[in-house]
Amino acid sequence: MEPLMAIAIGIAYATAIYMMLRRSIVKLVIGILLISNAANLLVFTAAGLKRGAPPLIPEGASAPIGDVADPLPQALVLTAIVIAFGVLTFSVVLIRRAYLIVKADDLDQMKDTDT
Amino acid sequence: MSYEVALPILVPLFAGALSLLCWRSRWMQRVIAVAGTGALLAISIWLLMTVNREGYVIMQMGDWKAPFGISLVADLLGAIMVVLTGIIGFAVALYSLAVTGRGHENFGYYPLMHLLLAGVAGAFLTGDIFNLYVWFEVMLLASFALLTLGGERAQMEGAIKYVTLNLLSSVIFLTAVGLLYGMVGTLNMADIAYKLSLVEETAMIDVLAMMFMVSFGIKAGAFPLFFWLPASYHTPPVAVSALFAGLLTKVGVYALFRVFTLIFNQSPGYTHEILLWGAGLTMLSGVLGAAAHFEFRRILSFHIVSQIGYMIMGLALFTPLAVAGGVFYILHHIIVKTNLFLVSGIVNRLKGTYDLKKLGGVYKEHPWLSFLFLIPALSLAGVPPLSGFLAKLVIIRASIEAERYGITFVALLVGLLTLYSMTKIWAEVFWKAPPELGEGEKAPKVPPLARHQRWLLMLPATGLAACTVLIGIYGQLIYDLSVASAAQLLDPQAYIQAVLGVQP
Amino acid sequence: MVKPGTLILNVAAGLLMPLQLMFALFLLLRGHDEPGGGFIAGLVGAGAFALYQFAHGPAATRRLLHVDTRDLIGWGLFLAILSALPGWALGEPFLTAQFWKVPVIDVKVSTPLVFDIGVFLVVLGSVLTAVITLTELDQAEAERKERREEGRDKTWNR
Repeated sequence: MEPLMAIAIGIAYATAIYMMLRRSIVKLVIGILLISNAANLLVFTAAGLKRGAPPLIPEGASAPIGDVADPLPQALVLTAIVIAFGVLTFSVVLIRRAYLIVKADDLDQMKDTDT
Repeated sequence: MSYEVALPILVPLFAGALSLLCWRSRWMQRVIAVAGTGALLAISIWLLMTVNREGYVIMQMGDWKAPFGISLVADLLGAIMVVLTGIIGFAVALYSLAVTGRGHENFGYYPLMHLLLAGVAGAFLTGDIFNLYVWFEVMLLASFALLTLGGERAQMEGAIKYVTLNLLSSVIFLTAVGLLYGMVGTLNMADIAYKLSLVEETAMIDVLAMMFMVSFGIKAGAFPLFFWLPASYHTPPVAVSALFAGLLTKVGVYALFRVFTLIFNQSPGYTHEILLWGAGLTMLSGVLGAAAHFEFRRILSFHIVSQIGYMIMGLALFTPLAVAGGVFYILHHIIVKTNLFLVSGIVNRLKGTYDLKKLGGVYKEHPWLSFLFLIPALSLAGVPPLSGFLAKLVIIRASIEAERYGITFVALLVGLLTLYSMTKIWAEVFWKAPPELGEGEKAPKVPPLARHQRWLLMLPATGLAACTVLIGIYGQLIYDLSVASAAQLLDPQAYIQAVLGVQP
Repeated sequence: MVKPGTLILNVAAGLLMPLQLMFALFLLLRGHDEPGGGFIAGLVGAGAFALYQFAHGPAATRRLLHVDTRDLIGWGLFLAILSALPGWALGEPFLTAQFWKVPVIDVKVSTPLVFDIGVFLVVLGSVLTAVITLTELDQAEAERKERREEGRDKTWNR
């Protein structure tokens, strides 16, 4: 399972970087969305995959029984998803407003502040 | 239980929540802004005193024991940085009372400012690497919103670059954290440091070190990753750029200091050599960029970059004296740079422009303001007896002792070029006669300044200038503090022991 | 521009929204011992209001909410921070979980629940702020365009 995930994550990163290198701002935001999801998957995979063993404590016990999945990466990914969600909301609002002002979906026309 | 280590995070968060609840009343928001940042300053000084007396101050949040829960750890460096956060927050809050317009206030300027301060303080105090990521993001989200406050075209353009590159940096950071967790199975920085010292295969560690370096390098604005900084820092309202200039890049520098002294100290010959080259090039490219510009805030933005180089140089040389110099430099730089931005804002408020070519004659009209510019400017360039001179002296001396003469030369040269830039601003803005208006040109209109506004503008700048002079005069005190903090940084074993309790 | 209201959407929104809100509440309370919690409950709740907005428009949604979305964020943040404090009063670290039993109805109340309610409000408030603002921005833009086109029509007629 891990090699498959690794390949999938690699493809996601590559696609995201390709998207971020385009001139269109919409594609830039899609790239940002994709790369943060790729990073989440990577955190999840790097910590080890385990199927069908949720880290839940059965009734009456004080610790999970047997070999269970590590709950920490799941918590990390959840936090990272929340953050990515917030950032994405912000970037969508940002490009919407930028579009209203600049009237172009093209990063090459946004060079006024460059040096 | 020492609560002062968590309060610098909770107080701004609390003030932010209160401020958000009172968004209908400008008056209440202003009171909360001043009271909240003032309380932050007081608590941070209390924290620094405790840390100075007792060594590490640690709190396990939610009573979950380390390394399983999130630990808040204040060592000397962290505590010093929090005090600086308090000083800058308080100064900028006072200053904002005079310059922030009704539109910005309604859009949530003050709550965002508190949130930003909470994020910065959290980043300085956390002992957990994922928690560091979270505080980075809190800080970034607040800064995104502050950066676009007002929504002018230049701000939008600057914001898109700022957002993209900083998000990329966060993603690299998150990726590195994920891989690190895959390797050692823990997130507590002390525990990571201990477990990594047991790992035998160092190639992977170097890869991770490089990922952290790139990620924090983007945040700190180091060469060749700084391009977002001069493209965006001159666009937002001036109080916001002063806050950013003082604190945000320094969080990146702090993270570099923390990670490369505590966690990645195995092969300094490799990682710290790269840092040293980066530092030299950062200094040069920043100062040369500044030389080419004639806009007040753009020049200052480029100087942030060049000064970051000195701090990283202190870390890269990796001797006790050099690290102490780096800490000293951060301390001096935060105050001076914020002050310069505040002064540029006052000039803009009086004259209606940031363009050096259109400014002039300020010295004649406002001698006190010119004096306020001169102190931080000369300090930035390293003129004795101001704070910048001592900071530069320590670092350059460390580089000579380490026999890295190349970097010594670069540091001296950059100091000279900084003086050139500052003289340029001085001559153009304060010294020369106001330029003749051309055909059809009109002087920009500025609303008259009320007396209390004048006070609110001048007071923070004067206070920060006084800090600069005091650091120069009581240099020994600050130097001792930096040396003690460097000693702590270079003794990761003590940090590990303090956080984890007994040696595992 | 989002046009408020087709018949099917209006009826469906009226039926679905109470269910969604109840599910959000269920998730919020269930997060106490089992999978669930403030964040996911906030998202489901925001989904309910977003659906209502698609059916009836942003103005109606604001009326339905009664409170400003920014107030929701403020109260949520306030509650979340408040939940960190009881530990302080008892001499334990911040955020240490405290549990109390309400005697008569036998319900457990705890600081994590207060924290979750805070998170719920923050998520609900921020998502709705973003969604409603974006829709309103869009509507204003569309109205401007319409006016412009109307103006052009008149000049044509003349």
